[in-house]
Amino acid sequence: MMAKVLMKGNEALAEAAIMAGCKHFFGYPITPQTELAAYMAKKMPKIGGVYLQAESEIAAINMVLGASAAGKRAMTSSSSPGISLKAEGISYIAGSDLPAVIVNVQRGGPGLGGIQPSQADYWQATKATGHGDFHLMVYAPSTVQEMMDLVRLAFDNADKYRMPVMILSDGMLGQMMEPVEIKKEEAAEPIDKPWAACGHKNKRAHNVVNSLYLTPQALESLIKERYLKYDQIKKTEQMADEYMTDDADIIIVAYGASSRISRTAVNLARKEGIRAGLIRPVTLWPYPDSFIEKHISHTKDFLCVEMSMGQMVDDVKLAVNGRKPVHFYGRTGGIIPSPDEVLQELRKIGGKI
Amino acid sequence: MAIVFQKPKALLDVPFTYCPGCTHGIIHRLVAETIDELGIEGNTVGVAPVGCAVMNYNFFACDMVQAPHGRAPAVATGLKRAIPENVVFTYQGDGDLAAIGTAETVHAAARGENITIIFVNNAIYGMTGGQMAPTSLPNQVTQTTPYGRDTSYSGYPIRVCEMLATLDGTALAQRVTVDNVKNVLLAKKAIKKAFTYQIEKKGFSIVEVLSTCPTNWGLNPEESLKWLRDNMVPYYPLGVYKDVMEVSK
Repeated sequence: MMAKVLMKGNEALAEAAIMAGCKHFFGYPITPQTELAAYMAKKMPKIGGVYLQAESEIAAINMVLGASAAGKRAMTSSSSPGISLKAEGISYIAGSDLPAVIVNVQRGGPGLGGIQPSQADYWQATKATGHGDFHLMVYAPSTVQEMMDLVRLAFDNADKYRMPVMILSDGMLGQMMEPVEIKKEEAAEPIDKPWAACGHKNKRAHNVVNSLYLTPQALESLIKERYLKYDQIKKTEQMADEYMTDDADIIIVAYGASSRISRTAVNLARKEGIRAGLIRPVTLWPYPDSFIEKHISHTKDFLCVEMSMGQMVDDVKLAVNGRKPVHFYGRTGGIIPSPDEVLQELRKIGGKI
Repeated sequence: MAIVFQKPKALLDVPFTYCPGCTHGIIHRLVAETIDELGIEGNTVGVAPVGCAVMNYNFFACDMVQAPHGRAPAVATGLKRAIPENVVFTYQGDGDLAAIGTAETVHAAARGENITIIFVNNAIYGMTGGQMAPTSLPNQVTQTTPYGRDTSYSGYPIRVCEMLATLDGTALAQRVTVDNVKNVLLAKKAIKKAFTYQIEKKGFSIVEVLSTCPTNWGLNPEESLKWLRDNMVPYYPLGVYKDVMEVSK
């Protein structure tokens, strides 16, 4: 058993990135992701890495594009309004088949919104991160430990699939402290990147990192190729956690911070004889619909709980496809629902009120 | 037979996509000659802009990265910080550099980012069909200033080298043009100096090249060069606006 250390979520994300071999971090200040950049600013100079504060989120994501094009593991982090600014760069990164890891420590929106925790960027992360036909992989941690573990996976899969990967966190997870086990995994084998624009050393033809294809046929065939890759990812990379789902009549579907509240609500409901369970998506794209599929036959109702007006509920409905009722409960604007509020919904659905 | 003139090795043998009479071809050649003479093709990465030069990733023989509109200096920053032993340059037009990419340009200079920018200023958006650029001259007729650029309404042109010369991080800011042989030779010298300064880790270097756009100016190539001399050069005087080596002498 390894000794555990107490860490803040944002710091765990940063430390995990460094452990994953990321030596290039480009940031721009925004609440509530502050500690992540501060940690990088402190650590990177000590390990011969780069922490650079850009002039904007736009510049930061384009610096990530440059460092990634050169073949290096690169990362940026921000919070909701800043992610909107990074949308352009993320689309170019996807269109150039570049790996990158982007952290969103969500806060309330739209506009300047607020600085309290939120999950209102689900659509942005999973459906419309930028213009064009593309996806990024999206991981949603729910504990500080998981923040550490998923960052490593994010970097590995970004390299493996040559695509941007997002860690979708929120202000609650970013700010809270929990004990974590720092697993000293073997450093990943540096993956060969023969496509990188890092100087051809007069040994090969020049490499071009580009997202422009003026011939529609060429662009369509490239995108179709990318979608074959996406299909593969949908088959192999779905991740979710289940809690008391085997005999559940009502299954809550919730990720990140709202899944923690929902888990407590499941325990409270069970004490009252309501057979509740929880599916907690860990990947938001690909959406873990196979985990929902498993329980369609025996469960009576699904309840999606979010810190938004209802965004992931769309994907739950797609997975359920009309076969069972899908209910929704959410708070937004930076409000975290209480376990009692969720319990009350379970009572309503279970016919206990 | 002795070869007296040939295409630089740093330019690939593919046809340019530029309009006849446009000076991009000359400027590409000067950059490529510089890369050849310094022997740096194998460890140079260029960044292509959005605009007429967007496809120059097909022309330069070194590794190339295509950047979003205006973001080339940020992309170049990421490249340079990742592979500092390489030479990194951007090649950008006036819309790309002085409008949408103003922040990226100014802050790359302010950081003293050790990159080189080749800034091609032709006072118009060429690729999209001739709209007003941040460098379009007062009263200049463009597609979006059909009655001439009215400075009381559309504001004034930006003099980029003068502006960047005020920043401590700028090592070299020089404006040249390529309207005659003498000026082509001077432009070459400036471009080579800019790359050399980067190799010597002196900081941010920019060479602004006043260029023509016969197609969108509605002039033939010869008239375009005259228009450049008569209108652009007086507003954008040629010369060295900052050279750290001159200052320290």
